[in-house]
Amino acid sequence: MAMNSEVKIRIEKLHKIFGPHPEKALKMLGDGLDKETIFQRTGTTVGVHDASFDILEGEIFVVMGLSGSGKSTLVRMLNRLIQPTSGKVLIDGQDVATMSDAELLEVRRKKMSMVFQSFALMPHMTVLENAAFGLEMAGVDKVTRSERALEALSQVGLDAYMDSRPDELSGGMQQRVGLARGLAVDPDVLLMDEAFSALDPLIRAEMQDELLNLQEKHRRTIVFISHDLDEAMRIGDRIAIMEGGCVVQVGTPEEILQNPANDYVEAFFRGVDATQILSAKDIARKTQVTLIRHPGDGPRAALQRLAQHDRDYGYVLDAKQRLLGVVSAEGLHSVIEDGGDSKDISRAFIEEASVVQSTASMQEILPEVTARPWPVPVVDEQGRYLGAVSKNLFLKTLQRSHARQNGTEEVAP
Amino acid sequence: MKWLTFDEQTIPLDDWVQDGIDWLVENYREVFQSLKVPIEKTLEGLEWIFHSLPPVVVILLFVVLAWRFGGKRLAGFTAGSFLLVGNLGMWTDAMTTLSMVICSVVFCALMGIPLGIMSGRSDRFEVLLRPVLDAMQTTPPFVYLVPVVMLFSIGTVSGILATIIFALPPLIRLTSLGIRQVHPELVEAAVSFGANPWQVLRKVQLPLAMPSVMAGLNQTIMMALSMVVIAALIGAGGLGGPVVQGLNTLDIGLATIGGLSIVLLAMVLDRITQGFKK
Repeated sequence: MAMNSEVKIRIEKLHKIFGPHPEKALKMLGDGLDKETIFQRTGTTVGVHDASFDILEGEIFVVMGLSGSGKSTLVRMLNRLIQPTSGKVLIDGQDVATMSDAELLEVRRKKMSMVFQSFALMPHMTVLENAAFGLEMAGVDKVTRSERALEALSQVGLDAYMDSRPDELSGGMQQRVGLARGLAVDPDVLLMDEAFSALDPLIRAEMQDELLNLQEKHRRTIVFISHDLDEAMRIGDRIAIMEGGCVVQVGTPEEILQNPANDYVEAFFRGVDATQILSAKDIARKTQVTLIRHPGDGPRAALQRLAQHDRDYGYVLDAKQRLLGVVSAEGLHSVIEDGGDSKDISRAFIEEASVVQSTASMQEILPEVTARPWPVPVVDEQGRYLGAVSKNLFLKTLQRSHARQNGTEEVAP
Repeated sequence: MKWLTFDEQTIPLDDWVQDGIDWLVENYREVFQSLKVPIEKTLEGLEWIFHSLPPVVVILLFVVLAWRFGGKRLAGFTAGSFLLVGNLGMWTDAMTTLSMVICSVVFCALMGIPLGIMSGRSDRFEVLLRPVLDAMQTTPPFVYLVPVVMLFSIGTVSGILATIIFALPPLIRLTSLGIRQVHPELVEAAVSFGANPWQVLRKVQLPLAMPSVMAGLNQTIMMALSMVVIAALIGAGGLGGPVVQGLNTLDIGLATIGGLSIVLLAMVLDRITQGFKK
C-alpha cells in the first residue's frame, strides 16, 4: 500500500543483549558470530540484533515472528520497558533510548500506550478505573478522567460494564477494556503485544474488525506484534518479519508474499491462499502490445504492430495511459475490409471486453480471466492501464504459490 | 593446634558480647532510654483508654468489630469470651495485655510494612535482611531478654521491645511475599502507562499485596500474644503476670485462668483480623 505518510517511529541499529557482558556480545556480533556461539562463550542472549526500519504515521505495522524471535523485546524497546543496549528509537525525532526519565514518563503517558496479550487489567479496580488508569498516572483529575475513560469504553462497546470488575468479564471483553485503557489517553502510537492471541478465533476476528473500524474513524500509528500470519495479513499495512532477533524483511503483505527474503519467511507463508492475498495489480504484466492512440493512427497501423509482435490482441491507450479499449487482429481486419480507409480504431473495440480494478483479488478476477480469450486488462482508480492478466500468467502464479505451500511436504519416493 | 583439639574455648565470644553490652550500657544507656520514649507514650495512651473505659463499652466495641468483620457468631463468641475473662477477675490484666499487644503491633506495622516493601522490591535488600530475620525468629527470647533489660531497664516497655523482636519477622516476610506475588505483567502494564515507582507501589503493588500484609499482621498479633508470659518475666504487666506468679507458687489454678484468658483474647483478635483480609 503506497502511503505518503511521514515517518512516525524510526528505528536505527537497535540491539538488545541480555546478560552480563553486552559490550563483548556486541563486538562478537560485529565480528559476524552467531547467537549460539555468543551464548556459549559469554552467557549473553541476543534479543534483538541490528534492527533498522521506519514505521509510518497512521499505518498498522505488524511485527511477526515465532516465539523467541525477539518481537516482544523489540516492541518493549519502543517505550523502553526494556532498555536498548545500543541504537536509537526515534519517535517524532526524539530518541526514547536516551531521553531522561521525566521525558520518558511524558512519552508513556501521552504519546504511547500498550495493550497486552494477557490483558494485564488491574483486578482490584473497576472497568472504568482500569480504562482511566493511564489518565490517572498522568495526573488528570477524577471527573475528566472518568469522562474520557467512559468515552473510550463506549468506543469498544463496554460502557454498560463500567462498574464491573475485570474478572466478571469474558476474555474478549477484558481485552476490549485493555484496548479502551490504551485509547483513553488518546495516544499517537498504540503498541499491541500479541493483543488478540489469547482470544479464541471468532472473538479474535471480531476484535481485528473492531480495531480496523477504530482505525477507520481515527487513524493512529499501531505497532502490532503477532505470530499469526492471517492476522498480520488481515490488519497489517506493512509487516516486518523477525527471525532469531533479526528483522529479515519489511514490506507490504503482497511484497513479502511474492518475494520472500529467505526460507524462513517463505515457511511462514506456506499454507496461505495466494488467491486471497495477491491482487490483480500484483500479477498483471505489461507484456501485451499497447497502442497509443494518436490522431492519424488507424486500424492498419495497429494491425501492423500486432503482426510485428505476433499477438492477437492489442490494448488501446490514450496519451495519459488510460485504457480506451481492446482490439483483436481479427476485428481490425474486418474494420479495414468494411470501411476501406477508415481512421477510427474505436470501431474495432471488442464490446464485451471489460476491465478489472487493480485491487481485486485473484479470486475475484478468476471468472473474467477464464471467460475471455484475451488477457484481461487491469486498470487503477484513474483508469490507467497497469498490464494484463492472461490465463497462462494466472495459472503460473497459482502453481508457484502452490509449489511453495507444498515445498517441504514433498516426500522422496 | 589448640583450635583443632577443642579441649578448651579458643574464641571468647561470650566475653566479647558481655564486654560489648557492658560498654553500651555504660556509655549509651541514655540513648537507649530515650529510644523507648515513643513506645512508652503510645502504651500509656492505650492503657489509659482501655483502663478508663467502662468494661461494657470495651466489650461493645469488640462485639461491633467482630460483627462487622466476622458476623453474628463471632460477635457472640467475642461477647462470651470477654464476659468470661471479666468474671474470672482478669479484666484489668486483660486490658493491660490488650494495650501491650496493640502497641507492639502498631510499632511492628510501622517498621515491618516498609521493610517488607523494600525487601519485596529489592532482591539485594532481601538477601541482606534474610539472616537478620532468621536470627530474630529462632533466637530464644530468653537470650535477648537480659540485654534488653540492661539497656532499657525492667518493665512493660522492655516487654514490648522483646515482643517486637519476636513478632516482627512474619510481617516483613509476608509483606515482601505479597509484593513479589503481584503479577509482573501488571507492574509492566502500569509502567507502560507512565507510572513512576511510587505510583506502581501505591496503585498496584500495595493494594494487591494487602491480603498478604493482613495475614502478616494477624501472625504478628498472635505472636505478640504468645510473648505475653515471657514479657511478664521482665516485669511487663498483664495476663502474663498471673501465669508467672502461678508457676512460681505452684498455683496451677491461677496459672490456668491467666492462660485461658490469653487464649480467649488470642482467638478473638485472630478471628477479627482474619476478617480484615476480605
